[in-house]
Amino acid sequence: MEKSLNWREYVITRLIKASGYSAILFVALIFLFLLKEGLPALGEVSLSKLLTTRWYPIENYFGILPLITGTLVVTLGAALIAIPFGLGAAIFIAEVAPRWLRELLKPLVELLGGLPSVVLGFLGILVLSPSLRLLLNLPTGLTALAGSLLLGAIAIPTIVSIAEDALDAVPKSYREGALAIGATAWQTIWRVILPAARSGVLTAVMLGIGRALGETMAVMMVTGNAPVMATRWNSLFMPARTMTATIAAEMGEVANGSVHYHVLFLIGLVLFLISLAVNVTASTVVFRQKKRAERILS
Amino acid sequence: MTRPAVLKRNLSQRLGFSLLSLMTLVTVLPILAVVIYIFVKGSPAISWEFLSGFPRDGMRQGGILPAIVGTFYLTLGTAIFSVPLGVAAAIYLAEYARENTVTRAIRIAIINLAGIPSVVYGLFGLGLFVFFLKFGTSLLAASLTLSIMTLPVIISASEEALRSVPQSFRTVSISLGGTRWQTIRRIVVPQALPGIITGIILGLERAAGETAPILFTGAAFFLPRLPNSPLDATMALPYHLFVISTQIPEMPVQVQYGTALVLIFFVLGMNLVATVIRSRARARRQW
Amino acid sequence: MFILVWLVLSAIIWRMKRAAICLLAIVFLVSCSSPAGQPVSSTQPGVIIQNKGSDTMVNLALAWAERYQQVNPQVNLSVTGGGSGTGIAALINGTVDIANASRQIKPEELDEAKTKGIDPVEHVVARDAIAVIVNPENPVSQLTLQQISDIYSGKITNWKEAGGQDRPIVCLSRETNSGTHVYFLETVLRLGDKKNKTLFSTETLLLPSSEGIINEIRLNPNAIGYDGLGYVPKDLKVIAISKKAGESYILPSITTVNDNTYPIARDLYMYTAGQPQGAVAAYLEWILSKDAQDIVAQLGFVPVK
Repeated sequence: MEKSLNWREYVITRLIKASGYSAILFVALIFLFLLKEGLPALGEVSLSKLLTTRWYPIENYFGILPLITGTLVVTLGAALIAIPFGLGAAIFIAEVAPRWLRELLKPLVELLGGLPSVVLGFLGILVLSPSLRLLLNLPTGLTALAGSLLLGAIAIPTIVSIAEDALDAVPKSYREGALAIGATAWQTIWRVILPAARSGVLTAVMLGIGRALGETMAVMMVTGNAPVMATRWNSLFMPARTMTATIAAEMGEVANGSVHYHVLFLIGLVLFLISLAVNVTASTVVFRQKKRAERILS
Repeated sequence: MTRPAVLKRNLSQRLGFSLLSLMTLVTVLPILAVVIYIFVKGSPAISWEFLSGFPRDGMRQGGILPAIVGTFYLTLGTAIFSVPLGVAAAIYLAEYARENTVTRAIRIAIINLAGIPSVVYGLFGLGLFVFFLKFGTSLLAASLTLSIMTLPVIISASEEALRSVPQSFRTVSISLGGTRWQTIRRIVVPQALPGIITGIILGLERAAGETAPILFTGAAFFLPRLPNSPLDATMALPYHLFVISTQIPEMPVQVQYGTALVLIFFVLGMNLVATVIRSRARARRQW
Repeated sequence: MFILVWLVLSAIIWRMKRAAICLLAIVFLVSCSSPAGQPVSSTQPGVIIQNKGSDTMVNLALAWAERYQQVNPQVNLSVTGGGSGTGIAALINGTVDIANASRQIKPEELDEAKTKGIDPVEHVVARDAIAVIVNPENPVSQLTLQQISDIYSGKITNWKEAGGQDRPIVCLSRETNSGTHVYFLETVLRLGDKKNKTLFSTETLLLPSSEGIINEIRLNPNAIGYDGLGYVPKDLKVIAISKKAGESYILPSITTVNDNTYPIARDLYMYTAGQPQGAVAAYLEWILSKDAQDIVAQLGFVPVK
């Protein structure tokens, strides 16, 4: 019995170890695949042609700049909406709201975070875009702004959950110390708690923006998908085309192995690298903050 | 402090708090309004026939059963692949791994998997499962794609749950002669189970609601019958909603809202179950 | 096979939440029973025909599939959209039996097919008029082809330049994977001239579906769009078009398409890999029958005969 127990234990331990490494395996696999299918595009369409301003793949115009600017404008707009409101709500829930309200709001926000984006996109077409057109007197409501509003709505629950957890994790002693020397609750929040929870809040913001960056369906349904260079000051109020919507809209029509196929994978690779950069930055910042905090507290 | 200074401080505090509560209201209310709006406009469409029948007349009438069943099968498939792998990986991270560079790399990899845009998963799934491994547009390809997407959620939540079990539990078990694996299997995991289950449900909820990953890997516009094998394509609720709200002329608005409502029920229902499990577990916790 | 999975899952979950079992049991029962409306053929093995492609034709293909299933219950048809480009790509990749296309296969696609050993065969299954539509409030009722081309290429940007109110023009179009889009590009923007290199203006909104266009036009008086006549609901305004300034303005209808007076009409195609055999051949034959062509007319398209 001893022997079989040890043998079983050994096998299971090995399996668990292998599972542990699986995350790295998958990331590497995805990266490699995107590289394999995306890099040929650089050979088939020269880099200078990729960096032009016309995206019209069926006539071999592969300029991806409009797509990049489109993604930037929509994501930036979403960030401008999601960060203040998300952090504001997180601070309210963590610090200001009475206990009963907290117990109600926190699960409510998490519940709302589970709303599928296609549902929001659906309402965006029927309700949001027409309202935007009438309210702001625009030629059309299918604009980057509509996309930003929906993306903000999708990112906010993420920001609120994580930031609220971070604020909650600040030790009670910080709060009590500040109040003891005469600070108001308001001052405590801004000058003591928020700085202490900085790393968690930053993580929340980056993850929220990451979520907004990667959203596909909602933007495809409401931004109009016009491949304009979104570089004018009022580009937020005009239609735009994001990288994610481009992939979703065009992927179905490409023949396996064609130039268009490779370029779409290249765009996917760019998206992957951007999200990689955002996440690595976030985790390095958090890591450094943690080290500094450990040094201070020890 | 002087009186005016105190008053000024209190005023700014009150203003600040009102501003924050306003922001929270603006944040929470619209999304709540969305759910209520869909509920109001969609419930007239819900009937037993709607939930159990097949679409007729170009999907304008009849029911959405294939979409419901398709989403169910997809969620199941995702669970089959991601749960064992995810929980095992979490066990590794929580119980076996040491704090070295490799472990840091694993953690960064998990954060990255969580952040990859869903359409990039769709691309990857198309390239690997549909074309390279020749599974074709199928339940299998879509489930595999969704399960890689769900992995980071399950791993993070499970790891956190495992870590929260006090070390004393483990020490006592080992002191009584249990092996490491026996300790994990019989003591730690059962204690962490509510947290693990919550993580699984939240991960599956996200998988059920996603459209982009299944767009090219498994979803079909119309199928005359339910999928018979994992290599069949399937209809799915999120894709069905997308299709009926954008592709079909003269689609009764009620059917669209009804489908949205069913999808929301499915997804939020799972979320509610997870929340209930979590709060009940917290109450029953032995430490 | 799935039943086994069900049982196993129920057994696992049994140890945790009883409510979950009940839920599973209900869905299990529902999915296995024969609810109202389920086609008879769903429990028999039968033949499956995969049909994919043009979004313009997807509702027609669906209507045909539903009717054919009543005529011949042994055959199961699965229908998917995605655009003409998607269908042809799938035919070349070997994943579908019939590709629906609202435009002809392109030379590059033919080359691609040849390299994969596929010989696409074209079948004309219906005809279609492209209607140019505007919001009912828009006073403009007629335009020349040249005017439409200028509007969509960005040369005309305000309705007053085309005889309407002082409003900006919002151009709506289908996505590039749509056969309708390509047909419009070649026939309207480029006026049928193969050497013409005019493109859609970058401001043109590329909407992923016909309904997106219809919705926006219904709500937006600034908008102009185009789509197959079968998609245009009665409440939107169709523009009468003339080939050149000075010629008469024609509205699209079955008559004007068949006598070729309406300038932008086209054939709708189904492509097969090689000559069709067996069930696919029977289906294509049925599509050219009166039964199927009546459905064509019902849906607002133009029958072949």
